[in-house]
Amino acid sequence: MITFESVTKRYADGTVAADDVSFEVPEGELVVLVGPSGCGKTTTLRMVNRMIEPTDGRITVNGEDAASVPAPRLRRDIGYVIQQVGLFPHLTIADNVATVPSLIGWDKERIGERVEELINTVGLSQEVASRYPRQLSGGQQQRVGVARALAADPPIMLMDEPFGAVDPIVRESLQDEFLRLQRELKKTILFVTHDIDEAMKMGDRIAIFNVGGILEQYATPTDLLATPANDFVVDFLGAERNLKRLALIPVSAVEHEIGPLVSEDDSSSRAQEVARESGTDWVLVTDTEKQVKGWVSINDLDGQGTVGEAEIQPFDTFVTQDESLRAALDGMVESHLNVAVRVDGDGRYEGVVTHNTLTGELK
Amino acid sequence: MAQSLFDWSWVLDNLGEIWAQLAEHIVLTVVPVGLGFLMAFPMALASIRWPRLYSPLLGVAGILFSIPTLALFVVMIPFTGLSKATAIIPLTLYTLLILLRNTVEGLKGVPSHVREAAEAMGYTRTRQLFRIELPLAVPVIIAGLRIATVNTIAYVAITALIGQGGLGNLFMDGFLRQYPTPLIVGLVLSVLLAVAADLGLLGVQHVLTPWQRDPG
Amino acid sequence: MIEVITDLVAWFADPVNWQGPSGVPARVLEHIWYSVLAIILAVVIAQPIGILIGHTGRGGALAINLSNAARAVPTFGVILLTFLVAGIGLVPVLVALVVLAVPSMITNTYAGFRAVDRDVRDSAEGMGMTGWQVVRRVEIPVAMPLIMAGVRISAVQIVATATFAAVVSLGGLGRYIIDGLAQRDLTEVLAGAILVAALSLLTELGLSRLQTLVVSDGLQAESEEASMEAKLEGSTG
Ligand SMILES: Nc1ncnc2c1ncn2[C@@H]1O[C@H](COP(=O)(O)OP(=O)(O)O)[C@@H](O)[C@H]1O
Ligand SMILES: [Mg+2]
Repeated sequence: MITFESVTKRYADGTVAADDVSFEVPEGELVVLVGPSGCGKTTTLRMVNRMIEPTDGRITVNGEDAASVPAPRLRRDIGYVIQQVGLFPHLTIADNVATVPSLIGWDKERIGERVEELINTVGLSQEVASRYPRQLSGGQQQRVGVARALAADPPIMLMDEPFGAVDPIVRESLQDEFLRLQRELKKTILFVTHDIDEAMKMGDRIAIFNVGGILEQYATPTDLLATPANDFVVDFLGAERNLKRLALIPVSAVEHEIGPLVSEDDSSSRAQEVARESGTDWVLVTDTEKQVKGWVSINDLDGQGTVGEAEIQPFDTFVTQDESLRAALDGMVESHLNVAVRVDGDGRYEGVVTHNTLTGELK
Repeated sequence: MAQSLFDWSWVLDNLGEIWAQLAEHIVLTVVPVGLGFLMAFPMALASIRWPRLYSPLLGVAGILFSIPTLALFVVMIPFTGLSKATAIIPLTLYTLLILLRNTVEGLKGVPSHVREAAEAMGYTRTRQLFRIELPLAVPVIIAGLRIATVNTIAYVAITALIGQGGLGNLFMDGFLRQYPTPLIVGLVLSVLLAVAADLGLLGVQHVLTPWQRDPG
Repeated sequence: MIEVITDLVAWFADPVNWQGPSGVPARVLEHIWYSVLAIILAVVIAQPIGILIGHTGRGGALAINLSNAARAVPTFGVILLTFLVAGIGLVPVLVALVVLAVPSMITNTYAGFRAVDRDVRDSAEGMGMTGWQVVRRVEIPVAMPLIMAGVRISAVQIVATATFAAVVSLGGLGRYIIDGLAQRDLTEVLAGAILVAALSLLTELGLSRLQTLVVSDGLQAESEEASMEAKLEGSTG
């Protein structure tokens, strides 16, 4: 756990980079510091491992006042990852990863095993172990940076725009993998980014900073979107705030309805009746295995014997319970039916999420 | 060596001689650096045009540069005797490495967007070289000239051992007569000349690159 | 011309020139002795200073100016002057050689330290290295291409300059050149020149071999660039 207690940082030239900042990073959570460039995110982060000393206030790390621990000792228990990675160019990847274990005196064998394990953990192949940093791509270097920070299994990690220097596609996969890793490792992490989307995706909690080192709001992503503290936060969250909120709510969190459901073998008249009862001009069609075939407009049912003889329009998008309401919204837009079809892991029909449910959720 | 370390009256009595050696020193500096630049410049252009030439040219210049100065001077004796050429040829060869490299790096260092913009505006290759790339390379080329000049000024003195020498003759005079004054005068003038040449070239760069000056 | 060459061959073939205190082996050993002493002294003096100003970043401008100024000072004249002031002996020559080699070693080491990426240093500190650990485990190895380039260039320069020891009545390969010039014995002059050139070439080769050995494989490209840089900026001769 890390706590900031009324921490202020004023540089020699008078710049205030942290202004009476107080918040707490709970054990095992990933807290994101986000805000415009120059607002003091890096300064705030680097005060935790005493790369920068606060002017005022107190920071505790696992209950201990950081200022009372000699800086090198404090830092060895805190993993540190920066955007430019800072790999040691004269050392192989294996030796880079081995840095902290060798500083704290692990024996060779233990270090070797740990390095091998970590290279796997961060998704690199063992061949890179004997290479030098310059022989790796930017994305690979970032992975090594994360492996190096994790090497001695520090309970706490500080990450300053760790995925900022790679292209968006690589960044996304690094984010996904890191989140998966974090679910296992449960480190206490302070993570800096200037990208609100990355913050929303990565953070258990988010601290939004304003220029001058002012902490504007500290909340979970959902709370932040639902109840932004002030105009600055609203602006920073951006025009797509509601879409971002939807992205955070899983489909399983809202009601689903059975919908105007018919089977291929049902007669046209039965289908028209189902549509009338549910107030729609279309019906959903499944086969006997409950696999979704698509939907049929009631007009197309005229003159047909069974539903299966009419023209069935397929759905392009389905949602499962783990997907977000954002995906459900995409499904609605694509089908033009104001509903998203929810299926289980095997593609069997579970129901529909309606547009009304969605808008209800946003209120 | 009972006499004092420095004797102003010797200086006053020998102003003419001191001036003559200084002038000689300047000639023995300007000629090799000038010739060196005249040789290095076309070599640099060729290296830009045919990049494969660059590495071997630089290699040869590097080997020449690595030969100890006194050794290269005396090796010239069988060819040119104890004439001025014995001093000038090695001094010229020593400048090649620095001048070639800085000219090439300077020309190559022109940002590619500048080069592309020039091409897009329809500059021909030659015109582009002289109007765009060369002016922008001036600071790096002059940096090379400064190093070459300062080095040459220090080397010239050695040629006193082969009958040339400029201020080096003052060194030998003082040394042979066990009389420090001329030696000190020679050393001080040699350093001052190096400093003056260095500042002078910096001034030339300032004049040639008005876009690099701070406003106001 | 042919005559010069045959004379030279004859000189090198003459057993007289390979014997006694003025024979080639003795002169080569003298030359190496002066040079090695001067190189070791220069390293011992320059490297701690270079490391200190490189690590702290203080005094760098002074070091650079000093080394530029040193380039403008003719070594030849300094050796003659030290001789006049301090008299005959190895010490004045060594002092002159060392004094002129030290500034460029310092600047190269300083430049090597400055070339260590800010982020590399930052992450070394962030991982909990103490100041000295940062120096020893990160800064020195990363700066090694430039440190070694500086040592190499200074060493070659010292070997070349040690020739002037003969001007002030000491031994070494310069003897052949100076005596030959005095006696108008061109063959001896040329033999001396060839030996000096060969010795400095061997120094260059030997130290560049050493450079490849002590510089990490991860930095070999930087190493080549550094050698060229140091060679161009740091010569007096
Ligand atoms: N060493 C320093 N001295 C003076 N001002 C600094 C220093 N480091 C950062 N600053 C200033 O403090 C403010 C916050 O910087 P920083 O923490 O790097 O912001 P961020 O990481 O959010 O971009 C900026 O205005 C920056 O210019
Ligand atoms: Mg920052």
